[in-house]
Amino acid sequence: MLRLSLSAVALLTASAAAAQQPVLTVYAYDSFTSEWGPGPQVEAAFEAECGCDLQLIGAGDGAALLSRLRLEGPNTQADVVLGLDTTLTAMARETGLFAPHGITPEGLTLPVDWDDADFLPFDWGYFAFVHDTTTLPNPPESLAELAASDISVVIQDPRSSTPGLGLLMWVKSVYGDEAPAFWEALAPQIVTVTAGWSEAYGMFLEGEADMVLSYTTSPAYHLIAEEDDSKAAAAFDEGHYMQIEVAGKLASTDQPELADRFLAFMLSPAFQEIIPTTNWMYPAALPAGALPEGFERMITPATALHLPSEEVPALRDEALAEWLAALAR
Amino acid sequence: MARRAGALSASTLLTGGPVLALVLALGLVPVIVLAGLDGAGTQALGPADWAAIRFTLVQATLSAAISCALAVPFARALARRSFPGRRAIVALLGAPFLLPVIVAILGLLAVWGRAGAASDLSRAFGGPVLSIYGLPGVLLAHVFFNVPLVTRLLLQGWQAIPAERFRLAAQLGMGPGAVFRLLEVPLLRAVLPGAFLLVFLLCMTSFAVALALGGGPRATTIELAIYQALRFDFDLGRAARLALVQFALCGAVAGLALWLGRPGAFGRGMGRFRRRWDAPGGAVRVWDGTVILLLLGFLLPPMGFVLGRGAAALVSGPPSGLWEATGTSLALAICSAIGATLAVLALAGLITALPRGRGAVVEGIGLLMLAASPFVIGTGLFVLLRPVIDPFAWALVITGVINAAMSLPFGLRALVPAMAAARGEYGRLADNLGITGLARLRLVTLPLIRGPLGFSAGLAAALSMGDLGVITLFAPPGVETLPLYMYRLMGAYRMDDAAGAALLLLVLSLAVFWVFDQGGRDGSAA
Repeated sequence: MLRLSLSAVALLTASAAAAQQPVLTVYAYDSFTSEWGPGPQVEAAFEAECGCDLQLIGAGDGAALLSRLRLEGPNTQADVVLGLDTTLTAMARETGLFAPHGITPEGLTLPVDWDDADFLPFDWGYFAFVHDTTTLPNPPESLAELAASDISVVIQDPRSSTPGLGLLMWVKSVYGDEAPAFWEALAPQIVTVTAGWSEAYGMFLEGEADMVLSYTTSPAYHLIAEEDDSKAAAAFDEGHYMQIEVAGKLASTDQPELADRFLAFMLSPAFQEIIPTTNWMYPAALPAGALPEGFERMITPATALHLPSEEVPALRDEALAEWLAALAR
Repeated sequence: MARRAGALSASTLLTGGPVLALVLALGLVPVIVLAGLDGAGTQALGPADWAAIRFTLVQATLSAAISCALAVPFARALARRSFPGRRAIVALLGAPFLLPVIVAILGLLAVWGRAGAASDLSRAFGGPVLSIYGLPGVLLAHVFFNVPLVTRLLLQGWQAIPAERFRLAAQLGMGPGAVFRLLEVPLLRAVLPGAFLLVFLLCMTSFAVALALGGGPRATTIELAIYQALRFDFDLGRAARLALVQFALCGAVAGLALWLGRPGAFGRGMGRFRRRWDAPGGAVRVWDGTVILLLLGFLLPPMGFVLGRGAAALVSGPPSGLWEATGTSLALAICSAIGATLAVLALAGLITALPRGRGAVVEGIGLLMLAASPFVIGTGLFVLLRPVIDPFAWALVITGVINAAMSLPFGLRALVPAMAAARGEYGRLADNLGITGLARLRLVTLPLIRGPLGFSAGLAAALSMGDLGVITLFAPPGVETLPLYMYRLMGAYRMDDAAGAALLLLVLSLAVFWVFDQGGRDGSAA
């Protein structure tokens, strides 16, 4: 009985200690917070140095994160949002929910310059068409060659998935006003358009299409986690469109110092080294030499394509209309 | 159906009323909330929206028609033949429509895809590679999901024809044709319109299947437009408008179906063992056998693929966190089944106590939940509840309530005919003896509706097991349901582990369905 009450006291004091710790709430996308994503390791590493309780909350994908924030508005529990990408930052900025981070980032390893007062990058990747080298040994070497070939592809819908939207921007930044002609040429080869990345990638692995829209780093997963070197990304001459994933501090946060600390931590090696083999993307502030073995075998595009985030919303509507017109026939 | 208007007792009203109010609130309030949040005026629907509405209507109507047309001979064959393995087949009929969308898509493509078994066969004989992408693919998937469901509902109906009727028919020397006309046509009229409606509604709100197998944006459904409005454009008013369009379309179809449906009136039987005297051998037996084999040939291979892929993955060791997710899903399924059973009892009691027209309206409201977009319900509830409670703390409760509400239409379809029959047969006697309230439920109604009640509880449990639903919007840290866990595995490239999780999900969904369904069995049950 005495022992029971003693352990109860111990429990109570433990929870009281936890209650006294400040809580930092970070919204992230699902695959970041999942058991195989960076989430658990990031949580452990940050809590070891901040004396706080880091609560990572998963909310769908990047687009879902933003709509969740807009639903909650200034009353949101979130102190930091991690996992928006540069196709969404303009819309995120418009909400007025974000505060400037006030950090001058050091040692960024992005292929493009970064000067955004509200958002800081934590990782990035190039969109690319992935194929199986055993069934397609000679992949096309450009978007133009892909559209002129009879190679079948499966892509994601830009209306419901970020990679789908990325391809739209990729084509737009390469072809500009000629984009409709490209889509019309590619249309017969598009096996189908899926709602999300998982369906498309799963269909590709089952052999439904020769190529799938994914990332240049996708083959790294098969190489490192499955010891399978049969998957590769095709390097395209026109260059590859980038996806840069960012985090930002909310203006309504009740933990501004802690949020700042987290953003600074995000760009430190402790966080950055977790990214490659959990998120399968390039870390935003880690020299190429520090990447795990296998990443050196990924293709390095000659040109990194990236539209300024402020131009994205207007372009998106135009590109979407062209895409629909070409494919809905 | 001897149903007296004004036979509404206080207890029926007090139990059915609140449930009805809750369903109405769950279905409508979220839409109103979203419409009210958005002050951006009401722009008209664009040409792309009209194209989506057209495609949605076409595919949902065709899917429902084909599913019903195939289910009739299948259910008829299963109802009048007994052979080894029949019960296993009936149990398996609970499976396809419980599969998570992405699993079903990959399973179907393993058979019908460009690299699937059917294409391999075609190539071996010098034929072309099959391409089902487009309307055929959408229909194939929806028929795969829904033929088993309609078949199960029809089998429930066949059970409702007293065995004595078939005996009498045989005594009078009726052949299969006369039996069909006099006994089975009234049954089909009672069950088919409602079953058609259910399938129609399910296909209305499908979007991932339609898109993936539809071959591109031609196959855009209203549901995808709603998703886009909520997720990418954050245009809540547009989402609410599209949700209202969806309600209106579903309402029109529901009115038509419930108006066409006529409750069967077979009078009372002794509930004895049923032997089908009208099922002769020869050509009819060959026909029945062929129908059963053909449909099994269509339904089993995709499930076999899920089994094969998943077993290989599970053997090499389950991924971490699998059992926690499984536990969460099981608990959710059982709670949802209990909630759904109580709700469906209360609501079916109310429906059968009302005059027929009003009862149909109440059942129509029960169907609202299926016509509602899960995204709209989830988002609307989120906005509504956030100021009041912590959605994370209540995530599982909210998910359970919505899952239970989502399964109501199925439960009502199975239960209302049986409850009406129980009322018609024993209602007056019970009234005369003054048996009311709980005693009446226990002594009179329950023994007569055990089968359909078990079936609807099983369906609710299984549906809740496989539903991704609102949990995605409310997902609290560290709590995962099995479908959510599976999607997260896929998102992390772990397709093999995801296949293992999918297999577990399939087996557990079938298991919970089977347990509840068995609970409602009597000796002669389907």
